[in-house]
Amino acid sequence: MDTRALAIKLKPLDAFKNFLFVLPAVLIFLIFYIYPFFELFRLSLYQWQGIGPQIFVGLQNFQELAGDKVWWDSVGHAGYITLIALTFQNVLAFALALACDREIRMKRFYRVVFFIPPVLSEVVVGLLWNWILNSGTQNGQQIGLLNHFLVQSGLPQLVHGWLSDPKTALSCIAIVHSWKGFGWGFIMLLAGLQTIDRQLYEAAKVDGAGGWSAFWNVTIPMMMPVIMVVVILTVLGSMQVFVLILSLVNQGLVYHTEVPVTRILSSMHETHQFGYACAQAVILGAILVAVAFFLKKMSSYMKQV
Amino acid sequence: MCPDRIKISLLIICGIFCSGVLGCSQPKKPSGQIEVWHWMTDRQDAFEALARKYEAETGIKVKFDLFAPSDAYTQKIIAAAQADVLPDVYGILEEKKPVLASFIKAGFVADLTEEFRADNGAWETGLFAKAVDVNRFVAGNINGIRPGIYGVPLDIGSEQMLYNRALLKKAGITKVPVTFAEWLAAVDALRRVGIAPFVSGFGELWMIDCFTSNYAFNIMGEQKVFATFRGDVKYTDPDWIRVLEVVRILRDKGAFIDGIVTKGNKVAEQDFALERAAFAFNGAWSVNVYRSMNPGLDYGVAPLPALNPLSPMVSWGGAESSFVINNASVNKGKAVAFVKWLTAREQQVFLFMKVNSLPVNRDAMADIPKNLADFAKAMESSTHPKIWPVSEDPVVSEAFLKGIQSIIIGESTPSAVAAEVQKIKDRQMQKAKH
Repeated sequence: MDTRALAIKLKPLDAFKNFLFVLPAVLIFLIFYIYPFFELFRLSLYQWQGIGPQIFVGLQNFQELAGDKVWWDSVGHAGYITLIALTFQNVLAFALALACDREIRMKRFYRVVFFIPPVLSEVVVGLLWNWILNSGTQNGQQIGLLNHFLVQSGLPQLVHGWLSDPKTALSCIAIVHSWKGFGWGFIMLLAGLQTIDRQLYEAAKVDGAGGWSAFWNVTIPMMMPVIMVVVILTVLGSMQVFVLILSLVNQGLVYHTEVPVTRILSSMHETHQFGYACAQAVILGAILVAVAFFLKKMSSYMKQV
Repeated sequence: MCPDRIKISLLIICGIFCSGVLGCSQPKKPSGQIEVWHWMTDRQDAFEALARKYEAETGIKVKFDLFAPSDAYTQKIIAAAQADVLPDVYGILEEKKPVLASFIKAGFVADLTEEFRADNGAWETGLFAKAVDVNRFVAGNINGIRPGIYGVPLDIGSEQMLYNRALLKKAGITKVPVTFAEWLAAVDALRRVGIAPFVSGFGELWMIDCFTSNYAFNIMGEQKVFATFRGDVKYTDPDWIRVLEVVRILRDKGAFIDGIVTKGNKVAEQDFALERAAFAFNGAWSVNVYRSMNPGLDYGVAPLPALNPLSPMVSWGGAESSFVINNASVNKGKAVAFVKWLTAREQQVFLFMKVNSLPVNRDAMADIPKNLADFAKAMESSTHPKIWPVSEDPVVSEAFLKGIQSIIIGESTPSAVAAEVQKIKDRQMQKAKH
């Protein structure tokens, strides 16, 4: 039935009752989502230490942010982590989901194992990988698992300070982030794969399609909505990564491991520029909204194609 | 849907909404109970034991609420101040004085000068002066705070160099280095036998700040450091280059343990406790940490080796932790009395026995182990940002400390870092003028 027609048929009292039912949800949304957003934007127009007077400075924080090289580098670092997550993490998740969608032995066991990293705390994952990537020695022996493995494998020339070298630190963070996050994509993609009607594959087979052809012409098109959701969630999650970074490299390797959220934290707690931190948060939010909007549009376009 | 069901549903919705609204309001505290917020995870049991003792003695209940880690605690305090729901007693975990000043200006911290000076200043003189100074604002302070004492030190501490006796012996080092040249010789000796010379939690910027501040004071004296903060001396001054050179020389000599720039202090403490490095730079709290990690660790405590023999090697120290009293608290008088009781000899000894914290009460210093006594000795030559008449802009500090990290990883040079920091200092000063 047309909703407008339904609305016309409702008596005012019924409409009021219905409104009362949704009121708590609307109020919660307004208080905890809409109001903080406007407050955040308001504070971004002020110079404020977090305590004490707020001095109105207009768009000065945004002007300063536009020329803040460390901030834009941090956005680039988050973009790099996102790129690794979109490729390495999601390709791995898709490959494993495809494997587990087939009739293989112990597939339930694999499903549980692949979902262990996402349920671990980021701090725990950071500590675990800190031990794996440790570059220290004791009595001439490598402490870190990776360096120890390299020495044992006859590759001592590859022993490296993985987290303390600007050339490798960010990549290590991106890989650990992907390792921790691939389980989410795996579960969602596996669920998507299981909704594909098997008759489509049989029909493709009758038409002479091979494994690759069925994958490109059946699996990928049918999975596109799920893939887009996974991509959007990966982008939003990766652009906001920070706990893992803090637990892997603490306050960072100079500015080489800074991402937007660590810069916001630094502005709030290290340099006491709450207004500036709010301006950073507004810009990060705008970037994420723009990216999500672009991906949504792309998803709609691909559905039409 | 039948009318009764609708009424019941509406009643439930209203109930949920009202409880939500009421839940947002400030909870009523039991009258007379003193509420204390702190971040010291290792002391919760000891604090609770003291609270029980205080209740038995006075009939006044004290509730200690622990919020950890310290980052989360800092956020909690700021959020509580913004919402005006601070407890009766709390600590402000910030090394720089302007933050304490902003809490005082906002009316969240009580002036305790009268209480400290009562009975001919018995409370004040009973505590280590340098520790009391951490919460003192002197006349003409740049923060614009009325002169007085605004907090109560709970314990004392200083950051010192620690050395592993067994590892030094293994490297053939018989004397603990006192001068920088001796230290470099020790670094060479340790390297020859494959021992990492030095570890510290340089992944935490404040540890680098402590380390380099000690050398800045040693090299140029405190007046020149303060003049730099005021903008009268540039970071490109030869003395500041020498401070940065200390780090460069140590790096070139291979003094730093692998990965020192991203090491948190907990991991650094683990390295020293497990004998992976011969020297460490750490605070008095570490005695308790090392005891729990490796009870058999044989180590000593000494000041960092001085570069300038003509100037004293001061160390970063003073009150390790302090409590302030909420000026708006209805329990203000009771809260002051309780905190005063906490700093009395008996309670200080109890805290030392339980958690190895260095007593702030002079009378309680008897019978403490030598390692801790060595940390206490440094009190007379200690300094702390909270007693400095001027503070550096935190944006400049961050650039300076990140610059030191870049020297350690060999990415930058002392002169390049100094020039970059000065550029940021000029920009910040320009901004402050506007």
